[in-house]
Amino acid sequence: MALVWDDDERMLDEAARAFLDANSPPAELRRLRDSRDPEGFSRALWHEMAALGWAGLLVPEPYGGLGFAHTGAGILCEHGGRTLAASPLFATAIVGATLIGHLATDAQKQRLLPALARGELLCALALEERARHDPAAIAMSATPAGDGFRLDGEKHFVLDGHVADLLLVVARRADAASDEDGIEVFALPRATVGLGVERTVMADSRNAATLRCDGVHVAAEARLGLPGQAEAALAHTLDVARICVAAELLGVAAEVFARTVDYLKQRRQFGRVIGEFQALQHRAARLFCDIELTRSAVLRALRAIDAADPRLGALASVAKLQAAETATLAVNEAVQMHGGIGITDDIDIGLFMKRGATLRQLFGDSYFHADRYATLAGY
Amino acid sequence: MSDPETFRVEVRAWLERNCPASLRAPANAAVSSEDTICWGGRGWVFASEDQRLWLERMAARGWTAPEWPRDYGGGGLDRAEARVLREELARIRARSPLASFGLSMLGPALLRYGSEEQKRRFLPPIVRGEIRWCQGYSEPGAGSDLAGLQTRAEDRGDHFLVNGQKIWTSYADQADWIFCLVRTDATAAKQEGISFLLFDMESPGVSTRPITLISGSSPFCETFFHEVRVPKDQLVGELNRGWEIAKYLLTHEREMISALFGVGSAGQATLAEVARDRIGLRAGRLADPGLRHDIARQAIDAEAFAATLERVVDEAKSGLGTGAASSLLKYYGTELNKRRHELLMAIGGAEALGWEGERFDGGALARGWLRSKGNSIEGGTSEIQLNIIAKRILGLPG
Repeated sequence: MALVWDDDERMLDEAARAFLDANSPPAELRRLRDSRDPEGFSRALWHEMAALGWAGLLVPEPYGGLGFAHTGAGILCEHGGRTLAASPLFATAIVGATLIGHLATDAQKQRLLPALARGELLCALALEERARHDPAAIAMSATPAGDGFRLDGEKHFVLDGHVADLLLVVARRADAASDEDGIEVFALPRATVGLGVERTVMADSRNAATLRCDGVHVAAEARLGLPGQAEAALAHTLDVARICVAAELLGVAAEVFARTVDYLKQRRQFGRVIGEFQALQHRAARLFCDIELTRSAVLRALRAIDAADPRLGALASVAKLQAAETATLAVNEAVQMHGGIGITDDIDIGLFMKRGATLRQLFGDSYFHADRYATLAGY
Repeated sequence: MSDPETFRVEVRAWLERNCPASLRAPANAAVSSEDTICWGGRGWVFASEDQRLWLERMAARGWTAPEWPRDYGGGGLDRAEARVLREELARIRARSPLASFGLSMLGPALLRYGSEEQKRRFLPPIVRGEIRWCQGYSEPGAGSDLAGLQTRAEDRGDHFLVNGQKIWTSYADQADWIFCLVRTDATAAKQEGISFLLFDMESPGVSTRPITLISGSSPFCETFFHEVRVPKDQLVGELNRGWEIAKYLLTHEREMISALFGVGSAGQATLAEVARDRIGLRAGRLADPGLRHDIARQAIDAEAFAATLERVVDEAKSGLGTGAASSLLKYYGTELNKRRHELLMAIGGAEALGWEGERFDGGALARGWLRSKGNSIEGGTSEIQLNIIAKRILGLPG
């Protein structure tokens, strides 16, 4: 598939740009932050997004969604990075929809996906247990008990955890043959007895939570899909999620870069605009190249999802690492080139820097992905 | 125009019959050496009969210049067909039948700026690899500031009289003809007094002196012109309008350098393959974790660069090209290639510094590493590419 957008993708791009510019610019994130909004996003805005079909973008048509190509998810995430839009889009419409779509039984999909696609069922993936991303280190235990399981353990960095209607909890069966298998995913309603969810306030002012299971009893039907299928579905979901995070990072990088280049053309010192100085021009030009390479890597990875490319894992790591490194350089250069005003809360650069830092950690930082890439390549 | 897939079947069958087996293998394991390339020209000595046959057969179909019009000896293929041909050549790992500055630089400039007579005279011998061209651009006092060139061409009625000196003229000592930038108006602003001339390197008054590089090879020359007579019909485009042609041609030079020295050339062993071979694995991982990380980072950047090359082609097909892609590709491709060579040296350790003898493959690693240092200088330095990006794409002033 060509590495350019087709007509449907271009239309979605224009619609997403116009909608988010009008309804969820960085000022909206400031409002949520400064008013200490208990939910961390606007329900009214989310309903409008759902009405545009975004909640069900990746949900197949038989389950009430649009069944759009994954490039569409990338486009929405890139614009989300550009405007810092806070919404359940990522946790629900991308991570939740992909995991349920790839793991759940048909009966479970019938029950969950149509509501998800309408924007009425918010999801949160409870995966991480350590400070750094480590999907193999699952200690949350699922002990067979009665006709179901008992869950014990703790999860961190659960995006949208405190607002989700459904928590997708990754656990390891206590009777697993080894540390390598026995992974299951349980779909727990918020009201489940013994389930404790606590919001954590993060630097980027976006939603995250910790989750605690103290002897939570769940019925066997709470397990998504059939035994032994969760690991592959989770691995695929993580790759889709990483590529979409990379798209959001691309949006962050491109936006702060555009703002920085504008500033270089306006700010005057020594009787001229600072953009005339070659020391700054070359740094800006290098960053431009990095952003273009990142754009290619992200698009290549998005296309790979829809093409069921056997190298999806490697391409996801390429995209995530490129995007994280580029966005980190872009926000650092943006602050430095803005000078003193760059470290104030008066302008938005700092908001992009904080969001970039969260996205950098999310589902694996650059060290994780360099290591994974080498492992997948057999060295 | 035929259907690309029908065309693919034809191409595949033709290549199967016509591409000699000896030209389907990778040229060299780690370093792509310039001496496996077929450059053609009056004095060319083919490395093998297969190399000669391969050039002759491809040239007969015009496939050394697939997209040039048939009238000028080219293949007359459209973009889609040319892509199929490239893919099929890559599929069997066929080596290029002909590399030349005529194909990659002068040809495109002549197609755009040359007269009908000039196209018919100069393009077919380029396609057939009969005339090898060199490029007379840089001068001792005009490197990055190319428009400051001083080589003069005086109008003497029926001819120009050329005096001056060029430097960094690639393979001038082996080339048959030169395309050369000369000053034809010393009073005009520097970009407005330049013309674009073609002349035979055997003309009286032309002499060359190879420059020995740190790699030990001498791909570049100093080239001297003393009272060289150039017929008037060998002026391309209008008098004093040569700078426009020069810039157009530089775009093609940047693309050629990205292709020639860019990463992931067909048949090159990957860094990981070389490292596995030389360092070995421990528990499935390269035994040196720091090197492993750096190799992975390089491979990831190379993948992003390859995707960018692909995207540039796809965008051009959709009419979305930015136009400044060649500076990005030239800058990034050459910097990436330099990093690749640094890593090859790190993987090879002290052995990689071997300079002579069979054990060190004649010093191929060290010589390739040293040669790569020129990549980000020749064809416009990395700094010039960054200037172009800053000014033309980002619109920064000054």
